[in-house]
Amino acid sequence: MMGLLGWWFSQLSLPNASNFSLAVDRLYDFIFWLSVVSFLAIVLMMVVFVAKYIRRREGEATPYIEGHTPTEIGVSAGLFVLVMIIFYWGYRDYMQMRTPPAGAMEINVTGRQWEWEFQYQNGRVVARQGSEPPVFVLPRGQNVKLILQSKDVIHSFYIPEFRVKQDVVPGMYTFLWFEPTAVGEYTVYCAEFCGTDHSRMLARARVVEPADYETWQREWELAGVKSAWERQANAAATKSAAAKPTGPETIADQGKALFATKACSACHSVDGVSGAGPTLKAVFGHDVALADGSTVKADENYLRRSLMEPAAQVVKGFNGGVMPTFQGQLKDAEVTALIEYIKTLQ
Amino acid sequence: MSQEEYRMPEAVSYLNSPKGWKSWLFTLDHKRIGMMYLLLTMVFFAVGGIFALLVRYELLTPAPTFAANTYNKMFTMHGAIMVFMFIIPIIPAALGNFFLPLQIGAKDVAFPRLNLASYYIFIGGALLAVLAILLGGVDTGWTFYTPYSIKTATAATLVTLGVFVMGFSSILTGLNFIVTIHKLRAPGMTFHRMPLFLWAIYATAIIQVLATPVIGITTVLLVMERVLHIGFFDPAIGGDPVLFQHFFWFYSHPAVYIMILPGMGIVSEVITVFSRKQIFGYRAVAYSSLAIAFISFIVWGHHMFVSGQSELANLLFSLLTMLVAIPTAIKVVNWTATLYRGSIRLGTPMLYALAFLFLFTIGGLTGLFLAALSVDVHLHDTYFVVAHFHYVMMGGTVMGLLAGLHYWWPKMFGRMYPETWAKVSWGFVFVGFNVTFLPQFMLGRLGMPRRYHEYAPHFAGLNQLSTVGSWMLGVGFLIMFTYFLWSLKRGAFAPANPWGGKTLEWQTASPPPTENFHQTPTVTAGPYEYGLKAMGT
Ligand code: HEM
Ligand SMILES: [Cu+2]
Repeated sequence: MMGLLGWWFSQLSLPNASNFSLAVDRLYDFIFWLSVVSFLAIVLMMVVFVAKYIRRREGEATPYIEGHTPTEIGVSAGLFVLVMIIFYWGYRDYMQMRTPPAGAMEINVTGRQWEWEFQYQNGRVVARQGSEPPVFVLPRGQNVKLILQSKDVIHSFYIPEFRVKQDVVPGMYTFLWFEPTAVGEYTVYCAEFCGTDHSRMLARARVVEPADYETWQREWELAGVKSAWERQANAAATKSAAAKPTGPETIADQGKALFATKACSACHSVDGVSGAGPTLKAVFGHDVALADGSTVKADENYLRRSLMEPAAQVVKGFNGGVMPTFQGQLKDAEVTALIEYIKTLQ
Repeated sequence: MSQEEYRMPEAVSYLNSPKGWKSWLFTLDHKRIGMMYLLLTMVFFAVGGIFALLVRYELLTPAPTFAANTYNKMFTMHGAIMVFMFIIPIIPAALGNFFLPLQIGAKDVAFPRLNLASYYIFIGGALLAVLAILLGGVDTGWTFYTPYSIKTATAATLVTLGVFVMGFSSILTGLNFIVTIHKLRAPGMTFHRMPLFLWAIYATAIIQVLATPVIGITTVLLVMERVLHIGFFDPAIGGDPVLFQHFFWFYSHPAVYIMILPGMGIVSEVITVFSRKQIFGYRAVAYSSLAIAFISFIVWGHHMFVSGQSELANLLFSLLTMLVAIPTAIKVVNWTATLYRGSIRLGTPMLYALAFLFLFTIGGLTGLFLAALSVDVHLHDTYFVVAHFHYVMMGGTVMGLLAGLHYWWPKMFGRMYPETWAKVSWGFVFVGFNVTFLPQFMLGRLGMPRRYHEYAPHFAGLNQLSTVGSWMLGVGFLIMFTYFLWSLKRGAFAPANPWGGKTLEWQTASPPPTENFHQTPTVTAGPYEYGLKAMGT
């Protein structure tokens, strides 16, 4: 029996690669051993009773036992305490998973049938290369927050070695955070059935030392500057361009441009002064008082909803009917860019 | 004693009088209706089983064998058939129909015509589902999650309509049983003298009546959205996809207790009769069924811990789910304690009841892993969940069903099944089951997601083991189907009461006459009054 259990355990060694892995495994082990003990108790009793009281001849007399209330109460009370411990333990660790620390590095992740796409703050996009799953790079020891969105159906972002999983739901943002703690490459699975190639909807998370991560980003940025230079040089050969070449555009830069071209700036200032609409300075991450007397915390979903259904949550002191909806006007990526821009207005 | 002393072979019973196929198709006799349900649901069990073997065959190797879409349809058909066309109806509608009136000493159920109508409604729904299979099948998984189920090109509309129609059958059967139990008990049969099988059927019927309408409405909304493009669930047209999951599990969580409670009822019958003991804690076992039925309505959100629902909701659902463990454990402890100082006969029904205890305990305990929030984040939608619900549904309900089938076979058909072959088959089923599903816990722990057509090579060993287990299960069931068919013609004639049971169905002939009892029985004692008070209480 113990040999079998030992074998079971050796089969179950899944690497610990995030700040959550150990905590999840501890609770798992606690429930596991509790289960082993309860299971053996029941099975042992069963086997012993069957062996001992097996029928030796027909018509054997048996005692009349109606039950034993203290046993029932004892089992119920004992179990109640145990399951409450498990509940609280699970809840405590779970809340940690749901509370991203300030200053986490944010990556926007998009799921669609049947691929993942990653967009870093500097604008770098990591997508599938042909049939090869995308490989996105993370620095070891850095808190990472993934902001997840889906283009079509529900997917679920899952990295077993990190013990994290979150459904990716169309029409809303969901998030996930962790700190990768071990260098290596880990598979991202889609865990919610999403159609034909569900089992091929993979990605790879490559965790590297922070310095290597810097190099990885630097190389890409330099390549961007270089190609921008070349474009400039080509343009200069025909017309004489005056603009100075710049590096690649960050997501927030893209959002800033949209903020002007989509005429958001006509009503919303970014410097704290109210216009026809509230200023967007220092909105993200703060509590917003609404016209109906309630308050909401301005997160990604709040901002998204304000763009899509402006009349749903009206800010106190403003008029609900003024802002037009951008439903169908803005692409998902543009909404994300605008949100990233608004986040920078602190 | 020779067989003829038990029963004249040509004795008149519900099986041979009246004769002719019309007398079966238009029968109002609960026993014949139960029989027709049994036949049909067993056919669906076989079909679902073949899909299961195909699914396991695909997973024998990491690389694909079938096309992805074919595989996706196979696991969907397997799940949908097993859930909606086998495990939900079989015990209440087949065995419940047959034995409920017999156990309360009645001639029939309260509304015999409604009973027959339920059967044909069930066939109607099943035909829609079969039509969907013939038209190419469905690939959404048995859970029909939106918005995928709205977008898929497969025959999802027909299948969900089928589920809608079958739901009516379930509601009407439940209603019929509730009224029958309240109105038709024989003189002297108080609620506390009712066999525990009936308590279980009663608790099940309550859930059927209260929860099934929700799945009905949900499927209608889904069909409306697919056909008329009204935006309930698809965010592209203004709906909320997670709302569907709430609706779905609001039914389907209580439904898992529609599936398990009747199996628990059978186990209570078999364990007492085969150990000749009063059940340990009759009231605790009876009321825990009701407690489970009640709690089952308020835990649905535990299927949605990573769906994006709020942390507060997760807190409540995790807390409430933990409570289910208590009445469940009470039952397990009481069944085990019933064995104490008994006179235990290891007949096949008892072997299946003990297998139930063994496997269901694993199923229940692994539920604790899933109810713990942080651990469920890792295990949700992996093979761990697949193993968990097979341990409860197959290890629990199906073992209970097989215990009941063997236990009541002599009563239903007037013939004994062959004991040796039955034990051989039990061995294959019990060992095969564990070989199939134990490795799946490990796969889930290692992070293999469910509903995967291809998988990473490091999952291969455990998957192969699991597939080999499925073949052992297949052999076990093949042996069983063979000897059951054989025994219908060749089995030894059954006495009226081969196991020495005290419940009323054993007090009439095997098989029973159409009117069940020649005189209405009067009940003067509880159903399990074995044992001598002098030897200890
Ligand atoms: C102690 C008792 C039990 C507890 C604490 C428990 C807990 C759970 C939890 C938390 C889940 C959700 C897991 C997830 O999706 O991540 C789950 C899934 C499931 N359970 Fe249980 N469970 C118990 C007993 C049962 C019983 C008696 C049945 C049925 C007969 C059952 C059938 C199922 C099914 C069918 C699923 C998942 C179905 C699916 O997602 O396809 N469980 N259980
Ligand atoms: Cu997916």
